[in-house]
Amino acid sequence: MGETFYIFNNGRLKRKDNNIIVTTPDGRSKNLKSEVTDEIYIFGELDMNTKLLNFTSQQNIIIHLFNYYGFYSGSFYPRETKISGYLLVNQVKHYENLDLRIELAKEFLLSASHNIYRNLRYYNGRNGKNVDLEKSMKEIQSLRNKMKDAEDINQLMGIEGNIRKIYYSRWNDIVNQDINFNKRVKRPPDNMINSLISFINSLVYTTVLSEIYKTQLNPTISYIHQPGTKRFSLCLDIAEIFKPLIGERMIFSLLNKNQITEDDFEINSNYLYLKETGKKKILMEYDKRLMRTIKHKDLNRTVSYRHLIRLECYKIIKHISEEKRYEGFKIWW
Amino acid sequence: MKNVTGVIFYYYFICKRKLWYFSKDLNMEKGNELVEIGKLIDENSYKREKKNILIDENINIDFIKDWKVIHEVKKSRKIEDAAIWQLKYYMYLLKEKGVDIEKGILDYPLLRRRNEIYLTEDDKYTINNIIEKIDKIQNLHVPPAVIDAPICKKCAYYELCYI
Repeated sequence: MGETFYIFNNGRLKRKDNNIIVTTPDGRSKNLKSEVTDEIYIFGELDMNTKLLNFTSQQNIIIHLFNYYGFYSGSFYPRETKISGYLLVNQVKHYENLDLRIELAKEFLLSASHNIYRNLRYYNGRNGKNVDLEKSMKEIQSLRNKMKDAEDINQLMGIEGNIRKIYYSRWNDIVNQDINFNKRVKRPPDNMINSLISFINSLVYTTVLSEIYKTQLNPTISYIHQPGTKRFSLCLDIAEIFKPLIGERMIFSLLNKNQITEDDFEINSNYLYLKETGKKKILMEYDKRLMRTIKHKDLNRTVSYRHLIRLECYKIIKHISEEKRYEGFKIWW
Repeated sequence: MKNVTGVIFYYYFICKRKLWYFSKDLNMEKGNELVEIGKLIDENSYKREKKNILIDENINIDFIKDWKVIHEVKKSRKIEDAAIWQLKYYMYLLKEKGVDIEKGILDYPLLRRRNEIYLTEDDKYTINNIIEKIDKIQNLHVPPAVIDAPICKKCAYYELCYI
């Protein structure tokens, strides 16, 4: 498993011999051990040239770029070398056939909503507040049952929207800080929590992309989301499953431990803009979480949260090769 | 019918399931630590020889001496049987092309050992037979069952098979 680098500095990223070096304007430099690097996240303003891009491509390193406000701009990733025509044909077949498509979409969303349910269960009665989340948990369970009978993708997504609405409505009870979060607002986010969700979702998205990249799956052909337009939509599908585990649990914990507070945002930007200190704290915690491990039941091996995403890809590969029915990842602890 | 590469022939003796996946371009070797070690051994041994001779874009021979002796470099002797047949297959293909190969040598640079291999008339018959069987496996709609053997634990395909 390779390493991930997060660069906040301004300066220059260059190839020097067979190394990747970051140099800052004041002359400091750091070697990024290209042999063992998998991904580089860039938050600062860096100069780079084609020699560097050619080299990262050769080393199979993905570069994710974020703009000044911390929003995801895009990725530079090496030419696909893991291509299987066989798998692509099957991926498309499972998209084109509505029965096959909805089967997969359902499994994604049933897993995602199970994980949401688990988050509520975890916080039910915690925090010394004695918050009672039972009612919402029950509502979510009954919506999940409805999900099983959904007949088309729109209906399915409608139910999932309702689940998320209930879920979000309880965040004020879960989070100890006094933030008035009622609903999810994007583009632009309008309070601390919405900004955190946007930022962290984009991290989960890029992590999923990096993992899909290591398999033969094509990231543009998806099942819940419409394929391909402007985004790697399969990443969005798979991210749904992992957002509650990796992203949202982290948001709760960052806020409840007061690791992230109003001070980490530019207040005048209406909480839109996370300061560098805030982004750094989040990334450090995010990186730690990806490396967290659990004992996997089926494999009898210890695997990291990050690796769970790759295993999800393998299960999807087996499903669309018609070998074994896909069962989405559900939190079991 | 897809060309039978050296690797596919080798896999026939190790695991038919792996063979099937590999022939659908679902290869898992990249990034696997043991495979990377193997690659490093290949790159760093026998540097004076002319290496990696590609024939028919189909088989890739580690190196050949005077067009008489072909070599295959391996890390360990764990699955020697498969390696022996892989070499025999190379000899067989080259002989078909009129290149008269005397013998094959299995090299284990880490163990400082080598093993000489010869191709017999019987072997040719066996190889023909195996090629037919490989073709059948490649045409299966779903992959053959998991073999559940001790070697699975170290295989690059372990997670794909057992998840």
